[in-house]
Amino acid sequence: MKNTISALLLGTAIALSVASIASADDKVVKIGVLSDQSGLYADLAGPGSTLAAQMAIEDSGLKAKGWTIDLISGDHQNKPDIGTTIARQWFDVDKVDTVVDVPNSGVALAVNNVVKEKNGVYINSGAATSDLTNAQCSPNTVHWTYDTYMLAHATGQALVKAGGDTWFFLTADYAFGAALERDTTAVVTANGGKVVGGVKHPLNTADFSSFLLQAQASKAKIIGLANAGGDTTNSIKQAAEFGIVKGGQKLAALLLFLTDVKAIGLETAQGLNFTETFYWDLNDNTRAFSKRFSARMKNSAPPTMVQAGVYAGLMHYFKALEALGGNPHDGAKVVAKMKTIPTDDPLFGKGEIEANGRVTHDAYLFEVKKPSESKGPWDFYKLVGTVPGSQAFTPLDKSTCALLKK
Amino acid sequence: MQALYAQLLVGLINGSFYALLSLGLAVIFGMLNIINFAHGALYMMGAFVAYFLLNLGGINYWWALIIAPVVVGIFGMILERTMLQWLAGLDHLYGLLLTFGIALIVQGVFQNYFGSSGLPYSIPDQLKGGVNLGFMFLPVYRGWVVVFSLVVCLATWFLIEKTQLGAYLRAATENPTLVRAFGINVPRMITLTYGLGVGLAALAGVLSAPINQVRPLMGADLIIVVFAVVVIGGMGSIMGSIITGFALGVIEGLTKYFYPEASNTVVFVLMVVVLLVKPTGLTGRAA
Repeated sequence: MKNTISALLLGTAIALSVASIASADDKVVKIGVLSDQSGLYADLAGPGSTLAAQMAIEDSGLKAKGWTIDLISGDHQNKPDIGTTIARQWFDVDKVDTVVDVPNSGVALAVNNVVKEKNGVYINSGAATSDLTNAQCSPNTVHWTYDTYMLAHATGQALVKAGGDTWFFLTADYAFGAALERDTTAVVTANGGKVVGGVKHPLNTADFSSFLLQAQASKAKIIGLANAGGDTTNSIKQAAEFGIVKGGQKLAALLLFLTDVKAIGLETAQGLNFTETFYWDLNDNTRAFSKRFSARMKNSAPPTMVQAGVYAGLMHYFKALEALGGNPHDGAKVVAKMKTIPTDDPLFGKGEIEANGRVTHDAYLFEVKKPSESKGPWDFYKLVGTVPGSQAFTPLDKSTCALLKK
Repeated sequence: MQALYAQLLVGLINGSFYALLSLGLAVIFGMLNIINFAHGALYMMGAFVAYFLLNLGGINYWWALIIAPVVVGIFGMILERTMLQWLAGLDHLYGLLLTFGIALIVQGVFQNYFGSSGLPYSIPDQLKGGVNLGFMFLPVYRGWVVVFSLVVCLATWFLIEKTQLGAYLRAATENPTLVRAFGINVPRMITLTYGLGVGLAALAGVLSAPINQVRPLMGADLIIVVFAVVVIGGMGSIMGSIITGFALGVIEGLTKYFYPEASNTVVFVLMVVVLLVKPTGLTGRAA
């Protein structure tokens, strides 16, 4: 008798909970911005990414249509274990539906597994590794802003074609550096160049002189910097000190952000070639957004491409939510919906989300301005060339993503 | 072989920062018995003061070398007067926790206002360029750092070990009551010593500003290594910390050449070995 009653109660409870999940007017979502809030990537993502997410929520207009959108943020401290712990807690306790940003490829790949396991939505903007849409692709993941394949092809190809056919790599010793070096090496050798050596340095290194001396001794024409953030700024600054550029070798900053250029200063950074998919001063749309953004940033900085990617990714996510009309908790379903809608936003222009989760949009080759050419505190880039979205990213027939083999 | 010479020299340059910082720590520990975890934050403040002087006041690097240590030194003395002095006689752990907390607060405040990627500070015109030594291209500025910090280290050692003032200081730590009986103001001497140690950190900060980014976490990244240097050299030993500082810089430089992946752990491996073999450090006296 007792068993029957408890079975009945249990049955009712399940029925009720199913009913509440299935209710058509479930229009509540929670978004978690997981980022490096205080370390070497905090300026290029961090609090600015949270602001970008906040702005996306406001600009989406979903609130007026009956949606409730909550936003929380977390600091993964560049440690995969901390990142996955936060992500798990967000899904299990805080009922988060969507994780965005996540710079640092090591953390990004770890979180990728958690989001897949919990069937959430993962819109990555901050991480570089192309593995997110290749070997480790997931039906729950959209990789927005950039990746190592794109960086390698745009910058690498341009430099090899300009005569830089011997390369030496300074590589950050973790998932991101390895992926960037691997992808760039492929481009260099495919274009008839040669990699003559390389050195792996620990993440967050202050002094690069030993490594730079090795690069200098290698006599390679191009020194490829497969690192990011503070590591890149220190490499470039100290390379200038050791007369590397004056000695005829060229630096290839494979990944350089606006905030890095600010930190190096135009005096030292001028003339560097690199690739980004967003720059605040690109067109009227980007300028308008950046003006609103920097007005709300503590140090009045315009958005970096990672922060812009958080905004654009979420705006697209909201389009999918609106199209679904409610019940936003089946992550794979939401991402599938996102893939059916062509991307089109003021910051990255037109593009699409491919079956492997890769977002394609134009990539731009920039050159850092001379101090005399710069007209304002953030006027840093000169546009040198544009790579159309269809050519900038891994072609689908070369992607190793298992989702493509259905 | 040529590459090896170059790495030795580069190691020496890094060693100068280790030496300057560990010297300050050793002075403070030797005289005040405080494990000064705020040292990295004070080093960072030195670099920031240099940055402000240049960008807000137009005051150049050479003046910053004098002004920044004084400004940060005064800040340090205020810390000592208002907080640290009450911990005298307590277990080391209290001083460590207090200074660690101070470091976190100072870093947090700077990070809040200046972000994490840092501010540029360029090399003074007189020290730009470099010399070709045959086996390597030595930036003039790096050469200057080695020479200057060696001079400062030796001067500090001389001040403490060989002068009347130094003798008072050492006596005051040994037996404060007796020294006070001779009419010497011991608390004031201790405050000044803390100011001196802190000033050395700030000086290292100014020296490093043109090489590294001026950023809030520059000290936090360095301080752990410097503590390892102090432990290896022997807590409180002035000469020990200078020699170990330079030596470890060289060892680290060689590791960067032979096995770069281990370059940020080699110092700690050495620390473990030294602690196992000679727990008081290479030059330390038994407590």
